This record gives sequence, C-alpha cells and structure tokens, in this order.
Amino acid sequence: MNAAGYGFGRENSLTAPLKSEIGWPDRLFEVLKTSGIRQVGYVPDAGHARLIERCKADPDILDVVLTTEEEGIALAAGAWLGGQRAALLMQSSGVGNCINMLSLIRTCRFPMLMLVTMRGEWEEFNPWQVPMGSIVEPTLKLCDAHVSRVETPEKVADTVQAAVQLAFGDDRACAVLLSQKLIGAKVWVK
Amino acid sequence: MLERRAAMATLLANRRDDLFLVPGLGSTTWDAVAAGDDDRNFYLWGAMGGAVMIGLGLALAQPKLRVAVITGDGEMLMGMGSLATVGVQQPANLAIVVFDNGYYGETGMQASHTRGGVDLLEVARGCGIERILDVQDEAGLRELAGLIGTCDRTLFARVAIAADDPPRVLPIRDGVEIKDRVRRAVEAAG
Repeated sequence: MNAAGYGFGRENSLTAPLKSEIGWPDRLFEVLKTSGIRQVGYVPDAGHARLIERCKADPDILDVVLTTEEEGIALAAGAWLGGQRAALLMQSSGVGNCINMLSLIRTCRFPMLMLVTMRGEWEEFNPWQVPMGSIVEPTLKLCDAHVSRVETPEKVADTVQAAVQLAFGDDRACAVLLSQKLIGAKVWVK
Repeated sequence: MLERRAAMATLLANRRDDLFLVPGLGSTTWDAVAAGDDDRNFYLWGAMGGAVMIGLGLALAQPKLRVAVITGDGEMLMGMGSLATVGVQQPANLAIVVFDNGYYGETGMQASHTRGGVDLLEVARGCGIERILDVQDEAGLRELAGLIGTCDRTLFARVAIAADDPPRVLPIRDGVEIKDRVRRAVEAAG
C-alpha cells in the first residue's frame, strides 16, 4: 500500500545506489537534477516509487505529497512565480483530475512538466484502470499539452530531457507517458 | 460581520514590500483590485480550488518572502485537500485567509457548505495547521493584518464576511501579463 513511502525503510540505500542497481527511475532522477527541478509534487504511486524515494532523499528537492494531482498543477505554477522549476509525478488516472487546472497553464503560459506512469494498457488486471488510461493521450492533447511516450528503459532519460527543454523553453505543458511495459504488471496475488 | 471591501483594504493597508498576494477566483480577486492594483498580486480568473496550492508553491520557492492567499469559502471548499498538503509542508511564510460569507457570489449568491454547518477552521486545525484565527470584528482584522506580515508559522484565518455583493472591480485578464508581472516583482524583491 505504502509503495511510495513516507520516510520508512530503505533510506540508507537511496543516496548512493550501486551502479548495477541504476535503472530508468534513477536516470530520470538525474535528468530532473541537472534540469534544476526544485519542487516535485506527487500522489504516492507504485510506478514512481523509486523516483519519489530519490526526490525525498535529496536535500535540494522539495517533495510535496498531494491529495489529488490537480494540486500539483497549481503548485508548479506557484513555484514558477517564485522562480523555481517543478515537476508533477502521477499515474494515468491522475491526468483526469488535472483537466480544469491545466487551464491555468495554458492561459498564463506556465511551464509544466508531467511524468505519467501508465495503467490500463499492457497486461492490466484491473479493468477499472482502462477507461482513463485509454484516453490519457487525447485528453492531454486537448488540454494543449505536448505528449511523448516511452516504451523502453533506455529511452526514458532522453525523452524526459526533451520534454524539459520544451516545457521550460516554450513555456507550455509537456507530458511524458511511461508505458506500463516499463513498470510491469501489478502483482495482485502474492 | 465585516464588509468585504473594507476588510481587504484593512488587511493590505500597511502592506510590506515583501508581501505577495494570491486572491482566489471571484470576489476576493475583485476585492484585491478594489484595494489597489499591484504587481505582487496573482489574480485568478479561473483555476478554482487552486489558490492555496499556488500560494504554497510560491511560499516554498521564496521562503524569505511572505505569501498571503486570500480566497472565498467556495473556492476554499473546492481545494480543501490542499489544506492537508499545506499541513504536511508547514511553510512559515504562508498565510491562508478565507473570506467566509457562506455564499457562492459569482454564480448568484447560492448558499455554500459553510452555511450548512461546515467549519473551515476545524478543517484547517484537523489538517495540522496550528495558528488558527477566527476573525469576527475590526480588532480581529487588525490583528490578522499584522500577523500576515510577521507570523512565524503557517496561519489560517476565517474572516466572517457580510453577505453583500458589491459591484465588480476587474483586473487585467491577460494571464501571461499577470504571471510576468508577479515574476518580475519576485525578482525585484528577492
């Protein structure tokens, strides 16, 4: 349940991961670091668990746990008013919660970086994830967000780097959809 | 019961140079303009439920500046979860003030939940915000005006506002300009 963690466990291994352990979430974290992301809003999510842990362990990044994803849109706008770059981590179902708040991004031309772990597609066990998961991409595009998608681990860092460039270079919303193939199917029966 | 325009004027009368204001969608934005247009105001024409989170993002990005979110009960009710998010972060430089008249002013003065027994002070207290102020009169308002500039922890105040609907005073509508003005003001103040 507490996949993202609230400071419990595994903290000691976070700051210096062994080279052999470095996977796409760690490379993604390095992109956020080198891009100067200072605030990270998130709703706890299994797919983003490692990335959230890395953000929580970093003293230069403020991790802001949200009750709903739309809070993260407004948080990023406020951070930008204050001169800081922010990112929003969420699951595909959270995209639906953001729709009206994305008006703020488009109307005021705020940069907005969204990293979305996908559910409801490859090997999904839970059919309730399918309705939102299947409309994430068109929904985001209707909200005027640029959308890119990653299916393989080696392309995560480059794709996120390009999204950072576009979001903060063109002052617009950019979303990277991280395929369920990257995360693997959720284990339901242990 | 306090008159809303006079209440806003009192809160901003001796405004510190480092005080930034996020008024909520609707009446509190009109109240803020009526008190005097200012580059340090991030006016909201939309993004209902987002005022507190915008204030939080700004407060976290600029801990040396003061941030006041002054919004209405309807706008606050839509973003009530953001009080929980603020409760986790506890920024010392953030004051949240709700002008509570018990009505949705923009849509024709329909009763809000606070008229139906919902107590926003108890919600804020339950979210872990310790500095709570129930403002019922001029003396309370003057105390709040001082605390907005000096309080050393997150502050939440409910101001009992009379249910009148004064003529609208409208700010600029161009979101890009509203954003850029605030960013320039932050740079100048920081």
